[in-house]
This record gives sequence, C-alpha cells and structure tokens, in this order.
Amino acid sequence: MHPVLEFRGVTKRFGTLTANDAVSLTLDKGEVLALLGENGAGKTTLMNILFGHYQADEGEILVDGNVLEPGSTQAAITAGVGVVHQHFTLAGNLTVLENTTLGTESLWSWRQDNKGAREKLVSLAESYGLAVDPDAQVSDLSIGEQQRVEILKALYRDARILILDEPTAVLTPQEAERLFATLKSVSQSGLAVIFISHKLHEIMAISDRVAVLRRGALVGTVATGETDSAKLAELMVGQVVKRPELVPLDAGKPILELGGVSTPGDGATSLHDVSLTIHAHEIVGIAGVAGNGQGRLADVLSGLIGGFSGSVKINGAPLAAGSPRDVVASGVGRIPEDRHARGVVGDMEIWENLASEDLRAPELSRGAVFINKAFGVSRAEQQIQEFDIRCEGPFAETKLLSGGNMQKLILARALSGQPSFILANQPVRGLDEGAIAYVQSQLLNARKRGAAILLISEDLDELMALTDRLAVMSHGRLSEALPTGSRTIAEIGLMMAGQSAEQQVA
Amino acid sequence: MSDLIDILLTAGFWAATIRIVSPLIFGTLGELICERAGVLNLGIEGIMTVGAMSGWMWVYQGGDLWGGVLFAAGMGALFGLLHAIFTVHLGLSQHVTGIGITLFASSLSYFVFRMLLPSATTPPKIVPFQSLSIPRLSDLPWLGEALFSQSALTYLAILCVPAVWYVLFRTPVGLAVRMAGENPVAVEAQGINVLAVRTGAVMVGSAFMAVGGAFITMSWFDAFYFGMINGRGWICVALVIFASWQPGRALLGALLFAGLEALQVRAQQSAGAFIPYQFFLMLPYVMSILAMIFMAHKTKYPQALLVPFRRGERV
Repeated sequence: MHPVLEFRGVTKRFGTLTANDAVSLTLDKGEVLALLGENGAGKTTLMNILFGHYQADEGEILVDGNVLEPGSTQAAITAGVGVVHQHFTLAGNLTVLENTTLGTESLWSWRQDNKGAREKLVSLAESYGLAVDPDAQVSDLSIGEQQRVEILKALYRDARILILDEPTAVLTPQEAERLFATLKSVSQSGLAVIFISHKLHEIMAISDRVAVLRRGALVGTVATGETDSAKLAELMVGQVVKRPELVPLDAGKPILELGGVSTPGDGATSLHDVSLTIHAHEIVGIAGVAGNGQGRLADVLSGLIGGFSGSVKINGAPLAAGSPRDVVASGVGRIPEDRHARGVVGDMEIWENLASEDLRAPELSRGAVFINKAFGVSRAEQQIQEFDIRCEGPFAETKLLSGGNMQKLILARALSGQPSFILANQPVRGLDEGAIAYVQSQLLNARKRGAAILLISEDLDELMALTDRLAVMSHGRLSEALPTGSRTIAEIGLMMAGQSAEQQVA
Repeated sequence: MSDLIDILLTAGFWAATIRIVSPLIFGTLGELICERAGVLNLGIEGIMTVGAMSGWMWVYQGGDLWGGVLFAAGMGALFGLLHAIFTVHLGLSQHVTGIGITLFASSLSYFVFRMLLPSATTPPKIVPFQSLSIPRLSDLPWLGEALFSQSALTYLAILCVPAVWYVLFRTPVGLAVRMAGENPVAVEAQGINVLAVRTGAVMVGSAFMAVGGAFITMSWFDAFYFGMINGRGWICVALVIFASWQPGRALLGALLFAGLEALQVRAQQSAGAFIPYQFFLMLPYVMSILAMIFMAHKTKYPQALLVPFRRGERV
C-alpha cells in the first residue's frame, strides 16, 4: 500500500538561497497533515513544486507510488492534487461556475456542458456543506465564500489531495471554524489534506500530524496528539523565543484624538464617523478583516490624505492633514503596512532611507539645498547599532535587507525622534519569531516612555497580547475601544463580520 | 432639422453607414479579442494598413478575392505574433510595443507597395468585391437598397459579431481567453498555458484587424494609397472601451459612429458645411470619454489588461 503522496529528497534553490533542503515526507489517505514553519521556511515553495509552478532541483514527488511529472500543473491536477492558494486564483468578474469549469473541458469543444457542470457543482456543494450560488459573480462573494469556491474548484476536478496555504489568514474566527468543519468532512470522505500554517492553535485543533519546516529543512514530524503548542513553537523557531509581555501602566493625558472622521465614498474602505482617543502610556489595537477601512485610517494619520471631515488632534493641536512632512514634525512615528511599497526605497542606500523623513532638519540640510551627508551617515551608523540592523553598513542597498532588518530600519527612522504618537500598521506581518519579539518590545518601550500607540493588525492573538484597549473595524466604522479582555474572541469575530454588539444580543 | 430627417430617410444613407461600419466591426472585434485576453493591441492602426496593402496586392498580382482576404488575415496574424512575442512572452510594455508595431507595420506596407510598384503614379486598381444580391431580400423596396445591397465581406463582418460573442461566452476556449484577461494565475492553476492562450488571442484578433483593413481596399475602394486607414484603428480602440468589451455593444457603437460619418458627408453637402467635418471625426472619442466617465465605476473591464504574466515567478 503506497502513501497517497510522497516527497523524496526535494531540494529547491533560488540563487544562493536554499528554499527546500532535501525534504522527505509522506501523506496517507484521510489524513490531515499540518505543515508548520515560519515565514520563509519553505512551505509555499514545497507546495508550488508539488503543483508544478516550480521544478525541484533535486528529488522527486510520488502520487500513489507513481512519479509526478515535474513542472507540470496539468500533471498535478490529473494526479488528483488540488491547491487553495493563499492569494485566491479566482477571476472576480466571472461567475462561480465559470471559475470552476475553466480547464475541465477540452478547449476545442464547440460548446460547454453548463447544465452538467452546474449539477455536479451543486451536488458537491451540498455533500460537503459548501453552499454557494453557481451563478453568483465572484467579486460579490465574501472572502470566506470565495475560499469555498476555491475548495469546490479542487473537488470539482476530483482532487484526492487538497492543499490549503495559510487558509485562515483572511478569515474571521467564525469563518475559520466553518473551514475546519469542512476540512474534517473532506478528510473523512477519504481525501488527504495538507494544511499550511504558522498559527499553532489552529494546527493543534485541526491536524492529525504535524511536519515542521525550518529554513527549508524538515526538522521533525510528530503526531498532533503527542505534542503541544510550546513544543511545536520551539521546533519551528529552533530556540525558545519569548514574546514580550504587557505590564500594566496608568494611562496619561490624551495624545491622539479622533472626532467623527469620515472620508469621501460610501464603500467599505472609506471611513464613516470614526472617533477614538489614545492616551500616553497606552496601546490601542484595531482588529478587522483586511480592506475594511484600516488602510484609509492609516493614510489619514500618516498625513497621506487631507480630504476628510471631522477632527484629528495630536497633543491638542490639529493634525497637519495631507502633509506627511508636517505630520512627522508634529510628533508622529509611522510604521507603514507594506515595508517594500511604502516603507523604504529598495534601490537606495540604508543611510538615505534613514534620512528620508527629516531631510529638512537643520542638521541634515545645508541651506535647504544640499544634504549634510556626513551627518546622515554617522547618524545612520548609530541607528544601525542601536536597532541592531544586520547589514554591511550605511551604504548597503536597502533591498538586500531581510524582512526583519528592513522593519528594524523603519523602526529606527520612526522611533529615533521620540514621537508622542506611533502608528503601527501590521508591524510584524511576515517576520520571524525573533524579529517579532524585537519589534514588539520596541513598541512596549515606547509605551513605557509615554508614547500613545495605535496598533492595526489582522492577527487577533497579537492584539490580545499587546494592547490595553481594543476596537474593531468593519465597513469603515470603528467600534468603541474597550479594555482588551472585556470582549471574547468570538464576540470580536462577529464584530469583524459586521455585526454590532446589540445585534449579537438580539 | 428637416434636412437631417430627409437624410435619415434615404436608403443611400443607410447603405453607406453599413459599408463604413464593416472595417470598424472587424477592427473592433479584433481589438476586443486581444483585450479580453489581457493584451492591449495598439498595433491595430499598422496591422489594418498591412491588411489593406497585402489583401489588395494579392488580388493585383492575380490572386482571387477570397484568397486575398485570407492572405491579409495571415499577415495580420503574423504581426499579432510579433506583438505577442514582445508583450506576452517578454512581458514588455504593451503601449510602447503597440505604437512600435503600428509605425513598423505601416512603413513596411508603404515600402513593399513602392518596391513592387515603383513607377505607379495614379493608384492602380483591382476589381473589388461586388454587391451580393440576396434573392427576395435585395428586391424589397427601400430595405433592399438600404440593407441588402452590400458585398459578401460586409455580411461576413456582421455575422462575425454573434460568432465572436458565441466563442467568447459559450465555449471552453472563450472562457480561457476571458480568464486570461481577468486572472492569468487562475488559468495557470487550472493547468492551461496562459502564454499560449494570450498569444493565440492576439494572433486571431490581429487577423480580424487585418481583414478590416483589407475591406477598405477590396470592398469599399479598389486601390491602395497612403494614409488610407486614417485613424480607423484608433477609433476601434476607443470603440472597445465604449462597448465595455461586449461584442454586441461594439456593433452598436460602431454603427453609431459610422452613421455619424455617413451623416456628416451628406450634411456637408446639404447644410453647406455649417459644422466643420473635424467635429464629426472627433465624436467617437468624445463618446468614449463620456462613456468612460459615466461607466467608470460600473464597467467590468478585464482586470489583468496590461498586466504581463511571468510563469514560475516568486510571488
């Protein structure tokens, strides 16, 4: 009896980076295998090799004991491999049925069997509890529903091995529960499931067995019943990393005051009547599913957009709306959501990126025309040391930094001026454990010295651990910020899905 | 005003409109197919010139008319392949490549024409497609002259509208083309080669464009001369946007524009040209800009239009 799926010594290199290092792994029928590892550990690369997006440099993959043709998505699909990618591969302007049937019929047929396809889709949806309207346009569906379409796509093609890449990253806690129920019923019907994640509690809840990847290599495979979160964390990170803890502090005077802020437009990404006050010595978190107005709020507070109604005050003075330079000068430190796109200019040198926010400061500018490079470089050297940015020095190209070190650069730039308000938008996304602990401890240090901090995150665990008060954003509206811990995760999840507290009671 | 109504009631006006609309239908359908697959083809102006020259030249050198149409389509597909190599396979800018193809294809057409016919002073002529009489229908009073006195190529153009619609919206290959223009990663994930789908779509679309050009020299006029495409390719690009990438609406938009052009010629004669003809030439662009303003939020334009797809790239 062959295992359904077997990796034999799979190795993949990108330049000098070894993304997968001789990975050998098996998967049995009806089993849910969790693939655990930090960002950059090689989980997605391994699955992309299985699905034919990449070709392995060494090793082979066997399905039912037969070698899978490398580099061919078609071969993987034919062999029964179905993948739900982290970023959905759906066309929003097309219907569920069209998205599902693409590639299932011979391209050179004169007509499409839509009737048969619809029947098959509906019966699959019913038997797995994945209710979805075949004629709905995909862009009209919620993220959870879109994920169901992705699973249906795989099932429609008679997948026997279902792979889900970080499937809960975009879901509310309730949607995640529903997904877990689906995965249970799918595996009971005989499919083998690979569940990729770095969230330990999910893995403990859903999997039969856990395979742990670290820096591309398989460091261990354990039965879920014989391990616990702490052991898995240590296996994943390679050492015991403790995240810093929030110590209670008395809140000081109000630093940031938002009163009835609205931005133009009526979509979910615009702000509607947002009010919030953050005091000194306080971290306030905003939870929410991506795309519910968090980005717009961050834009307002960063000074990137000026067209809004309502009032924003920093230390009692109105925010210099629409002028990033004045916003920074008024004591705002900004950690943007997307390091690469908005945080740094990758092609410029480290000292230039470090100097980019206060170019007009008297020490840095010579008569507002020339830059005092000597000062910029020497300050950069100090900051590199102080914030432990691992690099070749101030003249190294910024894009060569790892994610964690790039984030340290941004922290150095944002925090060196001792800002009284810090906007931290997804500050630890995509970082490894060591870097996460570093970023979080820097934020806690700033809180200790008296800064007010707004932490926007999609990771509820992070918010629960790191904030004094927590508000939920949904469709551009912000709930009241209550002390963290006064609402349960389930309540917060429902609020993320757009239900107000009153509706929940009713 | 009554002048205008008089013009609209003449069968000749409608016959002219339908003749003028034919190359626009071919061109617009061609551009629509390319853009549905995610590739803007600004080579259209040059590819229509290639079609106009090569189809005409085929017949002038002794070939038959339908052979000329096929030859023009083949040449168009060849330039489409060139466009696809740059934009689909190498992932270069679709704007820059398209303009380059237009410049290259037009100049090459004039060059070949001059090389083959170095001494021609008055443009040499061929015997073009004749109007095809349809039994019974062509004999109808008024309607017969207005609608059923056209050449076979015109009827073909009109038949192509439902045909292209059917292929795009009712066949598996059409679904693959549309999906390639919406989300190429989804196409790849279903085991279909995105580059092949896009290349094929651009080649077929370019063949349509070339037939549109050939119509002008082989069915509308009987000679090839310089500058005779005269911006019709750009009009097709605008019409695709006006049509929100729908073949049926493309036909309507093209008819509207062709009607305006037929009208302006007649209005100039009867109304003493109180409106400069450039005004009418401007209209389709104004229409498209207005359409874009009003439909910007509603139009479902192909989401991956202008976005190159590179296989196996780290994401």
